Amino acid sequence: MTTEPEVLGALAGVRDPELDQHLVELGFVAGLELDGTTVAVRLRLPTFWCAPNFAYLMAVDARTAVEALPGVESVRVFLDDHFTSDEITDAVQRGQRFTEAFPDHADGELDELRTLFRRKAFTARQARLCDALLAAGRTPEDLEAMRVGDLPHDADGERCRELRRDLGLPTAPGSPAFLVGDGAPLTASQLPRFLRYARLVATSLEGNAGLCRGLLRTRYDLSEEEVAV
Amino acid sequence: MYEKDGRKYYVVDAHTHFWNAAPENRNRYGEGFIACFYDYHRNLSPEEYVWPKEKYDRYSEEDMIHDLFEIGYVDKAIMQPTYLRDFFPGGFNTTEQDAEMAEKHPGKFIVNGSFEPRDGEKGLDDLRALHERYGIQGVKLYTAEWHGSSKGWKLNDYWSYRHLELCEELGIKNIHVHKGPTIWPLNRDAFDVHDVDHAASKFPDLTFIVEHCGLPRLEDFCWIATQEPNVYGGLAVAIPFIHTRPKYFAKIIGELLYWIGEDRITFASDYALWQPKWLVERFVDFQIPEDMQDELGTISHEAKAKILGLNAAKLYGLDVPAELRLPESEEDVAIGSEPVSVA
Repeated sequence: MTTEPEVLGALAGVRDPELDQHLVELGFVAGLELDGTTVAVRLRLPTFWCAPNFAYLMAVDARTAVEALPGVESVRVFLDDHFTSDEITDAVQRGQRFTEAFPDHADGELDELRTLFRRKAFTARQARLCDALLAAGRTPEDLEAMRVGDLPHDADGERCRELRRDLGLPTAPGSPAFLVGDGAPLTASQLPRFLRYARLVATSLEGNAGLCRGLLRTRYDLSEEEVAV
Repeated sequence: MYEKDGRKYYVVDAHTHFWNAAPENRNRYGEGFIACFYDYHRNLSPEEYVWPKEKYDRYSEEDMIHDLFEIGYVDKAIMQPTYLRDFFPGGFNTTEQDAEMAEKHPGKFIVNGSFEPRDGEKGLDDLRALHERYGIQGVKLYTAEWHGSSKGWKLNDYWSYRHLELCEELGIKNIHVHKGPTIWPLNRDAFDVHDVDHAASKFPDLTFIVEHCGLPRLEDFCWIATQEPNVYGGLAVAIPFIHTRPKYFAKIIGELLYWIGEDRITFASDYALWQPKWLVERFVDFQIPEDMQDELGTISHEAKAKILGLNAAKLYGLDVPAELRLPESEEDVAIGSEPVSVA
């Protein structure tokens, strides 16, 4: 029998692609129902108008993640209180592609969008890692010399490894630890300008995530414990 | 006018609404729309400024005059229409509703118009008529607006350019752009601001004021604004964070000052989303926290005076009383560095 913690564990592996945080920490999991080999997941979002493209990706990824659990045969994902609740719930149930779910409003699938936001997430995580290393006394030259194998095993370090894999960037322990846009190694002389922009990306993502959490709490009258600030 | 510690500030609230979201004027989308606005209002306002939902749906003329001019320190308010007829059959906030209010209170308001590029030739006629009737100097554009089967548009569409050409011809110089969440095309980022980049390059004599400074895509906005001198950032939605998350607000304003500079940022309450009184008071008191100043610098009284009113006054040719002007000085030049390629 699959248990609720196992399902939540699987959902903790699913991220909001826009915010680079997972569904459970964001408070987006509104409820679970387990009945034998069948699991129903209810998702909720901060507003009635949250972007349907990200909502669709989260719903599809949630289904895929829960289906992969041993003992689960069927998964339904419901999206609550959203202007495209029906379209997304149906599309996930039927395994439809995005263009099939929204034939009149989409002119392509979501791979480009996902890649764009993975790049933003990668930039923001690199900024945080660089800042932490500089604060700990490392020099720009040290950062240039660092390899993937030297990246810390904290949340930012691990997430950077995952994002490199997802973006098709080198992941071997001997590859340069920090990369600029075209995949070239970040040099010490580029670091100040890189950081100036990368911190801006991090500010934007963190601010957006903070707003989303606040709106979700307000919308559903949740406590700060239910949606960590 | 706001006065604190011997300094006086001329206040232009560059983004205000007089809306009607009452139950009899909305469908299910309109209901979702105003509920979402109300959550923004409740979530980011100090408790004593939170209204009951009924009042928020439709506040009175007296409320607006009181909140802006009697207690809110506003010298001039710019009304930005947002029609949204697909959600609010009688219009959420039309130029006509705004003008009616403005006519009753001479000297208080600047009435902006709007245009609808998806109406083609008719849209051009409507814009001419608005200009003739109200002498508008600016338009508010909401690219996420639904219009029949269309669920959004871009500033660099063919008919958008035709309308912007007409703006240029008529001398409608201030183009206020409110981005997202745009539904079309649904597979793209709903808050994408890149169309502003194209339009701003194509129309260097128009000024593009991007409302809520591109949030939640601050980085894309800064990137564009650094390269296009006719792109401004409006502080609607960004400035209320000064109450709930002052450090985050410090980051936003610090980044804006770095990338685009103090001459291209304009204050706005987005009334009735928020109220100018507390925003003005907090902003004048605000300073970037000491532990962030190494990276973000500080904000000066001059910068605050420009942001609170002098920048918008320049855009709209307002006659600022001599005692509220700054001594003539060199314009601030943003030090936004050359873009560097990032992953």
